[in-house]
Amino acid sequence: MSDSSHHIVSYRTYGLILFLLLILTGVSVAVTQIELTRWTMAVALLLASAKSFIVLAIFMHLKFDQRIFRVMVGFIFLLFAAVIIVTFLDYAFR
Amino acid sequence: MSETAIHHDEHRDDLGSKLGMWLFIFTELLLFGGLFIVYAVYRNANQDAFHIAAKQLDVTVGTINTVILLISSMTIAMSTTAIQRKNKKLTLILIGITLILALVFLVNKYFEWSGKISHGLYPGSPILEDLGQGDILFFGLYFFMTGLHAVHIIVGMVFLGVGYMRVRNGKLSFDNYQLLENGGLYWHLVDLIWIFLFPLFYLIT
Repeated sequence: MSDSSHHIVSYRTYGLILFLLLILTGVSVAVTQIELTRWTMAVALLLASAKSFIVLAIFMHLKFDQRIFRVMVGFIFLLFAAVIIVTFLDYAFR
Repeated sequence: MSETAIHHDEHRDDLGSKLGMWLFIFTELLLFGGLFIVYAVYRNANQDAFHIAAKQLDVTVGTINTVILLISSMTIAMSTTAIQRKNKKLTLILIGITLILALVFLVNKYFEWSGKISHGLYPGSPILEDLGQGDILFFGLYFFMTGLHAVHIIVGMVFLGVGYMRVRNGKLSFDNYQLLENGGLYWHLVDLIWIFLFPLFYLIT
């Protein structure tokens, strides 16, 4: 039990994660500078989601913490997704 | 589980503390989430105005601030590793670097905002009133959301500043670092919000 709450992540892992996040940032800047019109938004948000997933999993230790944290965070994102869907359904059909 | 046999005098529940921090983070996520929905709806209703208005923002400054926040996120994450490995000096250095990067972020934000304001782009400005509803909405949301984010940076700095002081005077150490880890979680939240603010305001035009 105490093992899971005292998992020590190495400096190297954090360094690699930063490198990955910087690459994803570079890609999103490069991609949005080209005029992809309707795809720009989708690609930029997809890359931002990938980045936030990495931050949540490694920097915020969700990968190493007890399962309850992953369940709760997952539930919150589902809730948020539901609110977005309901809002846009409302706007699409009014 | 061997911990349960020993009774400490101080009342501490690290797991409960972390759980509480996450619950608070959820309220923050939904606060900004609501604002992102407002942004999405208004962008949908004023596509051309948002397109032109977004071109006013400097991608370079936005990118620099993104890199600053990502690096600071790494240094604060590393500070937890350092304190777990009983390296007090490195812990303090890493929190210190995080605080300096946070300050640099705010200085950048200051120059960015004053640039916009000197061009007459601020909520309620005569220039903005003439540009029409879409621009008023874009810059209203820009100042409100980046402003609220900047407030979170300041709160995060206070939080991590308290962590720094407590590590320095020995109140936080390798077997009692939950406050520092919670401060780190808060700092990553600030980073997480910026990860979405950056493309939505600076990149997508």
